[in-house]
Amino acid sequence: MTAPLIELRHIGKSFAAVRALQDVSLTIGRGEIHCLAGENGSGKSTLIKVISGVWQPDQGEILIDGQKISGLDPRAAIAHGVQVIYQDFSLFGNLTVAENLALSTELQAKRKLVSWGRVRRIAEEAKRKLGVELDLDALVETLPTAGKQLVAIARALMSDPRLLIMDEPTTALTGREVEALFRVVRDIQSRGIAVLFVSHKMREMLDISETLTVIRSGTVVAAGPISQFDEGSITRAMTGQEIAAEGYRWDGPAGATPLLDVSGLTIPGQLEDISLRVMPGEIVGISGLLGSGRTELALALFGMQPRYDGQIRIDGKDARLDSVQRAIAHGIAYVPEDRLTEGLFLTQTIDRNMLATSLGRLSRGGVVHGGRAAQEAAGMIQDMAIATPTGDRPVTQLSGGNQQRVVIGRWLLNDPRLLILNGPTVGVDVGSKAGIHRKIRELARERGLGVLMISDDLPELVDNCNRIVVLHRGRVVSDTPTAATSEAMLSEQLGALA
Amino acid sequence: MSGLAVALRRHPELMVAAVLVLSVITIGLINPVFWQPSNIFSLLRASVITGILALAVLMVMLSGGIDVSFPAFAIAAMYLTVKAMIAWGFDGVLLPFAMATGIGVLLGLVNAVFVHYLRMIPLIVTLGTGTAVRGFILGVVGTSQINIDQMPPLLIGFARSELFSVTQADGSQAGLSAMVLVYAVIAVLVHLMLRHTMMGRSIYALGGGTEAARRVGFNVRRTTFFIYGLAGALAGFAGLLHGAMIWTANPRDMVGLELDVIAAVVLGGASIFGGRGSVIGTVLGVLTLVVITNSLIILGVDTTWQRVVVGLIVIAATAATAWRDRKRIA
Repeated sequence: MTAPLIELRHIGKSFAAVRALQDVSLTIGRGEIHCLAGENGSGKSTLIKVISGVWQPDQGEILIDGQKISGLDPRAAIAHGVQVIYQDFSLFGNLTVAENLALSTELQAKRKLVSWGRVRRIAEEAKRKLGVELDLDALVETLPTAGKQLVAIARALMSDPRLLIMDEPTTALTGREVEALFRVVRDIQSRGIAVLFVSHKMREMLDISETLTVIRSGTVVAAGPISQFDEGSITRAMTGQEIAAEGYRWDGPAGATPLLDVSGLTIPGQLEDISLRVMPGEIVGISGLLGSGRTELALALFGMQPRYDGQIRIDGKDARLDSVQRAIAHGIAYVPEDRLTEGLFLTQTIDRNMLATSLGRLSRGGVVHGGRAAQEAAGMIQDMAIATPTGDRPVTQLSGGNQQRVVIGRWLLNDPRLLILNGPTVGVDVGSKAGIHRKIRELARERGLGVLMISDDLPELVDNCNRIVVLHRGRVVSDTPTAATSEAMLSEQLGALA
Repeated sequence: MSGLAVALRRHPELMVAAVLVLSVITIGLINPVFWQPSNIFSLLRASVITGILALAVLMVMLSGGIDVSFPAFAIAAMYLTVKAMIAWGFDGVLLPFAMATGIGVLLGLVNAVFVHYLRMIPLIVTLGTGTAVRGFILGVVGTSQINIDQMPPLLIGFARSELFSVTQADGSQAGLSAMVLVYAVIAVLVHLMLRHTMMGRSIYALGGGTEAARRVGFNVRRTTFFIYGLAGALAGFAGLLHGAMIWTANPRDMVGLELDVIAAVVLGGASIFGGRGSVIGTVLGVLTLVVITNSLIILGVDTTWQRVVVGLIVIAATAATAWRDRKRIA
């Protein structure tokens, strides 16, 4: 029996007074696909950095091929065959694929001059090693995310790694791209290269990995062959709590006036004859592939597509939603997909972010009523259970889930009638996700808020919506009560559309 | 995507080349005097200083920064060198240029220290160092202009040398300044450095992403010091060459020149966001800017409009590259 590729024994690491890792042991065998699972802030990234030599552990030891290695630094880690593919890929968008592939090899060879012929040869070799098609002359920034990822993997393979660490590799990929990635990962494995797959997506872990290690608050809480786990047990291990998934039922009066009644909504080239109703208290899911028109629909309802044909009625009255101001006046709120660039003022405090759309209501003659504003913001921080001692902290200090609550909380201060959520829990970890879902359901049930939830995450839609509308090429292709469908059926339906 | 779009994406220089050809044809049609050898030669000569400075700015811009200190550095190097030559009674060519270049390197390294160690924005750093250096020269070294009667003769003689001269239709002689060759040699060297050395590629990599450059294994500190040091060297060299070519050393010279130079670089297709640009594009950008601004006279436009034209070129060229870059990212 040969020694495992890499073995961590009782690793501990602290930053100032914060314990990031405590007594973490982890073994990765040769050619094994090992999954490291944990929520944001669980210590996953710290552990990757210890393995790749960026940080030295305070306690414990690292063994590679059964040999104890002391003072592992990035250079030594690379020399031992450890390669990390970071979430942002660390590629150069302004350079060609060929140069991106060749740069690190050239650097390792300590070259001073660049021979473009050699760059080409190295790139061809990298392409051959991975066995994929890549346009070597294309600039990397023109590639789709999946293409960039292939370039990053091909580049990592150039240094003949024995362990490839992939940090959240599937975050920005579509379902089909994830499958293609898995094929690549299995192919890498077949050459005896071990892969450490860092993820917080359950399905993927169960799909790809052979061994699983779950960490929470810097300690290993579960580990073993993947066959010993199922979704529930992984979630329990990651969050330390049971998260029940029960569907959302809406049993309001069917004859009531719809909150939102869209008929024949058409924007040439984007939306085609969309008809859709949302009753008070309903949570309606919108699914569809990228480019199906789901974001365009949200933007149209939020007044950002002033030139539309068709009729939009709110509470039974005609509404012309040709500006954001008018949409807000009709009680429509929109939480965009990319909260970091579209939804938050990153340099500002939590309070200011929270109050951004309520300032008009809270001011008289152009002067904001400071006391009332502070009071409302504090109330909403408590209401949304945002984890912060005070609202005057910068919003960037919050985790993804808490930032998302700030954006949602901001709109709730305006007392909206219809809340449009686009990817409400993208990049939010499991525990926070459940909290946000609970809040949305509570708002719909208790306040009669209508919710349109646009998401790629099918379980999210199935668990939280009472009805699911599927769009394709700007048209409604189905509108089904959730009780009459399932995740598998939806996934099949979407697969057939692709 | 059409073939033209692909060609433009891979060779952004085609755009500025087209603008140059179009401007030359238009101006030549309006006033055929444009095509006289004396005019063409004087335009080439006028491109030398702006051109060398533009290469310095190009390097800084490629790395994702922007430099506005180089006119001050150029003037400081020139004025200090000429003052020293007069004080020591020295005349010559090589040694003075080595001194001016050395002063430029030192000043450039000061920029690098602020940019690298204090992680300051290059625009602010170079605004500060440029202003401080100008103030220092005027306050400590002197304010008086050194005229032709005091300028070292060998230095001026060097700058007056011509490659060849031709007899024009009216019998007058028109010579092409040898300084054009100096510029060409420097441009070729910078091109080779950017395109064919790892140092050059590290400048592009830095413009693509500092963190990514570090992770791949580039020595970011060395690259930063190289960029600002070489930019300073080019500024110092260009400064003394400027003084030699106009036979005067004026400590108040080159004020506002940074905008012309940046305009030329952006016109040449370099991105103000870093990572994109080439020596060929920059050379074409400089020629275009010089042709347009210097031809206003023969087009019968009042020269006061020059500044308006430069301002408009900056805006138009930046808008064009910003539009291009946005299209790429989308």
